Amino acid sequence: MDDLDRRLINRLQLGLPLVRQPWQALAEELDSNSSDLLDRLHELLNDGVLTRFGPMFDIDRLGGAFTLAALAVPEPRFEAVAEQLADMPEVAHNYRREHAWNMWFVLACPSEQAISDTLLRIERLTGLVPLNLPKEETYHVGLYFPV
Amino acid sequence: MNIALSEQQSLALRRLLEAGLPLAPRPFQVLAEQIDASEPQVLEQVRLWQEQRLFRRVGLVVNHRALGFAANAMLVLDVPDALVDEVGRRLGQAPGISLCYQRPRRLPQWQFNLFCMIHGRQRDRVEAQVQELLEQHLLDDLPHQLLFSTHLFKQCGGRFAPPTGARVHG
Repeated sequence: MDDLDRRLINRLQLGLPLVRQPWQALAEELDSNSSDLLDRLHELLNDGVLTRFGPMFDIDRLGGAFTLAALAVPEPRFEAVAEQLADMPEVAHNYRREHAWNMWFVLACPSEQAISDTLLRIERLTGLVPLNLPKEETYHVGLYFPV
Repeated sequence: MNIALSEQQSLALRRLLEAGLPLAPRPFQVLAEQIDASEPQVLEQVRLWQEQRLFRRVGLVVNHRALGFAANAMLVLDVPDALVDEVGRRLGQAPGISLCYQRPRRLPQWQFNLFCMIHGRQRDRVEAQVQELLEQHLLDDLPHQLLFSTHLFKQCGGRFAPPTGARVHG
């Protein structure tokens, strides 16, 4: 990754201009040319440095139900419980965190009812009672990773 | 003035956009050909959706770990209910905070109602940044904890997960 890759990543995180030839517009800004920018973007996606390029849909506008949940998993069982959750399609991602509540995951379901059902299923499956922490208010959403 | 897309065309366009934007010099022309519409029609619809906040921007999802953002911390605070909106808005605007949400307490197991995500390169830097932030906003007396993630077990959901690119933060 060189300086132009970095500038491209930083610039695209702010959003592509919605014009007929967006890469032409960016090339002028970044002092490059459009085919080079496209090649670089292609490569960054192939390499897995970037995982998506496109509209960043607002989840609250798409329908469906979501929650953040946590489990306090006894250390010896941690891997096994992580595997149980990995098999569930409702689990969107799952982080280990340094805390008594050591497993944090997001549930994505078609409805609120399905969220409750899924939490119950996790409880039955693992014998552990999850914390259910749905979002009540959003104050800020602005992921930006300057590179 | 362009003729608006038919319902069927706009649905098809939305499906295509869920997969991402084509990597082409004229991406809206590529999309237009796929739904049998014109480039200006597609561009107008995409602009409208962005204005309506169906999506915030046409941008990137970065693999933050691959880019060196290895210190992912969740700051949780117990803020008095009367203050949580104000504190949430203030912290949400602070540099370095990528997400800020209010969530319910679950007493007695869980006392915290304000959640902030901070992505940094180094753990000690993130710790220092959080300490500075709390002092600056006169919040260091509030009960709070910083939960670093040490491992990501699952990146994406399966069949119920929304299209890639939606922000899934529960």
